[in-house]
Amino acid sequence: MTIEHYKKADTLYVKLCGELDEHHSAYVRTTIDTLTDGDVIKRVYIDMSDLAFMDSTGIGVLIGRYKRLKPRGIPIFIQSPPPTVDKVLRLSGIYEIMTKAG
Amino acid sequence: MENQMTVIFDAVTENEAFARNTVAAFCVALDPTVDQINDIKTAVSEAVTNCIVHAYPDKSQKGKITITTTISDNSVHIVISDTGIGIDDVDSAMQPFFTTKPEQERSGMGFTVMESFTDSLTVERNKPTGTVVSMTKTIRGADWKKKTH
Repeated sequence: MTIEHYKKADTLYVKLCGELDEHHSAYVRTTIDTLTDGDVIKRVYIDMSDLAFMDSTGIGVLIGRYKRLKPRGIPIFIQSPPPTVDKVLRLSGIYEIMTKAG
Repeated sequence: MENQMTVIFDAVTENEAFARNTVAAFCVALDPTVDQINDIKTAVSEAVTNCIVHAYPDKSQKGKITITTTISDNSVHIVISDTGIGIDDVDSAMQPFFTTKPEQERSGMGFTVMESFTDSLTVERNKPTGTVVSMTKTIRGADWKKKTH
């Protein structure tokens, strides 16, 4: 599992590459928190186009980030989830709190 | 014809990818679609994660997870068991969003995912201790789809 990221203006772009399961959840959690803590950003895009696998552990990670960023008024957008990841996202109802952008 | 394989491995997160990929590889003989293979991988990952996160709270003792996968003409039957502490209230545990570890940012969606991604799911007590999760999924291969649709 690797994470690529860059900031453009006040938007943080995070790209998750590989397989997100319990084994990699702590890494994803702390990486995104480090990137979002203390930095002036207005929104976060999470690019999932290279995320080959995700189980419900990933849902927990996403909901956790949502709870941290919501008080700061920072929305999370999900980009390009592959069908298998999208199926887990839809089942969990995550799109009620995060917008799918492409 | 039935064909069966069993793997036993340590209940550690390093083995999650091994577990789901091993079961998926064994099922390839049924000529599943990509979607079906992904469903199996996800369901296995959920069950194995439950064993690792919940079954063996005493981390000083290495718990084991056993997976027996049986394939027949057009279906796969997967039994994932541990000998850990077991589940107090299975009915509650199977409710969407139920988790005993909310402080760890757990979604509580594990059994819901297993149920949705397979055709049948049963959760029983293992003897003398632990939990047995059984899942069945019908696999009609890509060729079958082409022939009938």
